[in-house]
Amino acid sequence: MASQVVPHEEVVTLKHHFANDEQQLDASTIGMWVFLVTEIMFFGGLFLAYFAYRQAYPAAFASASNKTNLWLGAANTTVLICSSLTMAMAVHSASLGKRTLLVLFLILTLILGGVFLGVKAYEYHDKWVHHEVPGAHFDCEGCDDAGHAPLFFSLYFGMTGLHATHMLVGFVILSIIIVQASRGKFTAKWYTPVEMFGLYWHFVDIVWIFLFPLLYLIDRSHTGLK
Amino acid sequence: MITAPAPVKETKNYLNAQTGLKSWLLTGDHKRIAVMYLIVVTAFFALGGVFASLIRLELATPAGDLMESNQYNKVFTMHGVLMVFFFLIPSIPATLGNFLIPLMIGAKDLAFPKINLLSWYIYMLGGVFTLYVLLTGGVDTGWTFYTPFSTSYSNGYVVAAGLGIFINGFSAILTGLNFIVTIHRMRAPGLTWFRLPLFVWAHYATSAIMILGTPVVAVTLFLLVLERGLHIGFFDPAYGGDPVLFQHLFWFYSHPAVYIMILPSMGVISEVISTFSSKKPFGYTFIAFSSVAIAVFGFLVWGHHLFVAGQSIYAGLVFSILSYVVAIPSAIKVFNWAATMYKGRVRLETPMLYALGFIGLFTVGGLTGIFLSSLGMDVHLTDTYFVVAHFHYVMVGGALLGYLAGLHFWWPKIFGRMYSQVWSKVSAALVFVGFNLTFFPQFLLGYMGMPRRYHVYPPEFQVFNVLSSAGASVLALGLILPAIYLTWSLKHGAIASANPWGATGLEWQTSSPPISENFEVTPVVTTEAYDYSTVPQEVVHVG
Amino acid sequence: MSDHNEQHHIVPIRVYIAVFLTLIAMTWVTAYVSTVDLGRLNIFVALSIAIFKASLVILFFMHVKYGTKLTKMIVLAGLYWLLLLLFIAMADLWTRGWMGVPGR
Repeated sequence: MASQVVPHEEVVTLKHHFANDEQQLDASTIGMWVFLVTEIMFFGGLFLAYFAYRQAYPAAFASASNKTNLWLGAANTTVLICSSLTMAMAVHSASLGKRTLLVLFLILTLILGGVFLGVKAYEYHDKWVHHEVPGAHFDCEGCDDAGHAPLFFSLYFGMTGLHATHMLVGFVILSIIIVQASRGKFTAKWYTPVEMFGLYWHFVDIVWIFLFPLLYLIDRSHTGLK
Repeated sequence: MITAPAPVKETKNYLNAQTGLKSWLLTGDHKRIAVMYLIVVTAFFALGGVFASLIRLELATPAGDLMESNQYNKVFTMHGVLMVFFFLIPSIPATLGNFLIPLMIGAKDLAFPKINLLSWYIYMLGGVFTLYVLLTGGVDTGWTFYTPFSTSYSNGYVVAAGLGIFINGFSAILTGLNFIVTIHRMRAPGLTWFRLPLFVWAHYATSAIMILGTPVVAVTLFLLVLERGLHIGFFDPAYGGDPVLFQHLFWFYSHPAVYIMILPSMGVISEVISTFSSKKPFGYTFIAFSSVAIAVFGFLVWGHHLFVAGQSIYAGLVFSILSYVVAIPSAIKVFNWAATMYKGRVRLETPMLYALGFIGLFTVGGLTGIFLSSLGMDVHLTDTYFVVAHFHYVMVGGALLGYLAGLHFWWPKIFGRMYSQVWSKVSAALVFVGFNLTFFPQFLLGYMGMPRRYHVYPPEFQVFNVLSSAGASVLALGLILPAIYLTWSLKHGAIASANPWGATGLEWQTSSPPISENFEVTPVVTTEAYDYSTVPQEVVHVG
Repeated sequence: MSDHNEQHHIVPIRVYIAVFLTLIAMTWVTAYVSTVDLGRLNIFVALSIAIFKASLVILFFMHVKYGTKLTKMIVLAGLYWLLLLLFIAMADLWTRGWMGVPGR
């Protein structure tokens, strides 16, 4: 029943409790998707809080949202989508067994992720300087309904912070995978970690695809593209 | 921390395959991880029990003579936190489920053994946080952590307690994830979905709830910790927030969590009733799908915890109606169990006694749930002892009795030893009597208007409270007994055969205790589940 | 074991590029549309574009289009439960003001 597969390298990639490679890969894929479902629900709680307060305090949310930098937000979205493309290309290269391309695309993904986090850090700093961080020093100049404006920034920092935490975790895992890839751990036959990490990275991208319009793009018509 | 029991047989099994503490702490074997869970879950249960005893001791008299209000708040909070998050939720899935699911489906292990071990360590880490809270002064918010009390006014260790439960949640998520993947992809050849034991169906539904619900309470507690620790407003009206939103998020998980506790128990009961009636469960598909239905409907009713919290009356009406709907799949199960026993060859062994207790007590718990889900009635009964009695009938009468039934049923399989039949039956009787004596008077107290979470009460409530406290001591005795005779059996119990109860199911076809790889040869399933014609009818009991 | 590679559907690179270009274009479209006053429609447009973009990522970058039925089911279950959480809780908030609070 249990057949052991030994690839060309000496690495045995089939664990003892699986019957074959197909079962093992399927298990990883299902497991990863189930994990991503838990992530959807994890962010879901924050999205509920967002919708609840946005519908309760539209004026506060609109004016507070206008304090974000639309250009930086859109540019960062672009950066993240680029990193999703390079990640998809990395998985593609892995499936064809092209080691150099795989490493190259993974490094590109890492760099783009770094750029995103850098821009995010700049934006956080900007918020801090302008007293837009909820707490004792909060002072949102020109915010309507100033009593509820902090809620927007609570959610802004809660959501983007949780997103950035996911990016940071991804950063660490990606670095490990780059080292493994450059050492030739992955073959066209077995590159499950690259594939699973790809799913994670795209998921983080999707979260941002929703965060961008919800946090940066409320009621921009009065202020325009600035 | 743990030493393997003396070798049961000369042959190798999972208990004696390797020795030494390290071989346990670094194991990937689902059976060993289940035993490790069994030990710590029992320890947390005992600790939760200590707090329960303190509560009953204090309530024996109307005056607050044992502790101050503040201490009492901390005692019932710790009782709730320990019992809900550290006992009831992991009790059956992490111990019996972990041990049995691979065996029942003819697999060598769960899909992700390392993640399984990780979930145990995460559970322990969450436990360490909670014990830290316990030792440094406790937390007084109740296990529900309602805002704004928890974020702005409580003087307990809310942040540490919140983090403990946040961390603990991930152990349940990982267990659920592992079960779902395992049940989907690791079944033995020929084992189709409708040949699965009902225990596996119940755990599949439970895992779905763990996956879908737990992350929401995790993020809720994360926000709670942010609000309390960093004063970033989310729920507190002082920061413009809405405390009812916290309750929505909290109960979106915590109501389905009730089904995380009860569904595995129902799975156990289906197995036990069928085995000790030597009959295929009546309405197999109905029982199987009712587990899934409970998991799905369970997510639609959370608002019945918010009837008097300021929720919209229209939402309240809808939640009230939907709450009635959950009664249907629950009733389907009860009727099917009864029909399974009808004209069956019923044997009143210990697991069966617990299972019968379960059916009676769960029915009372379920029916009183209907009272509480009706909007008008609930306004009268909210936060009274009626609620306390109701959920203890479900949680103790249901979940705990199911756990005990399962533990007694599979004990010979897990450790290869039989326990004392006499003492175990005494224990089952004491638990049943003690439980009813403890909690039935609380229905009356609640109906008369005694609120929960107060340690001082008017003297006219004393009679029922004394009855309740007396019952609690009987219950405690009934629960201490198994700890003694089960532990004793590890060394001195009679050797159990592979299938001491005459049960069907793959787990009974391998040795007791099973070998590390579970089966000598991967089994091939060719028959429906619960085919008693294949089991020898002359089953001899040892012990 | 010989059929191993059949589980990996190799997506042509041009598909990735097409998806990528659409995603970039939609990002700037949604940014631009937000500056046009559509009243209450603004949020629906923004969310529709976001859902469209997310679907592209899920279907093509995450290979769900080429995945098993089970994968599709898991994804749909996740989204369904997210909607349950959002809509049922919002239903309370939407209807809370319909009837006044006694004593206020």
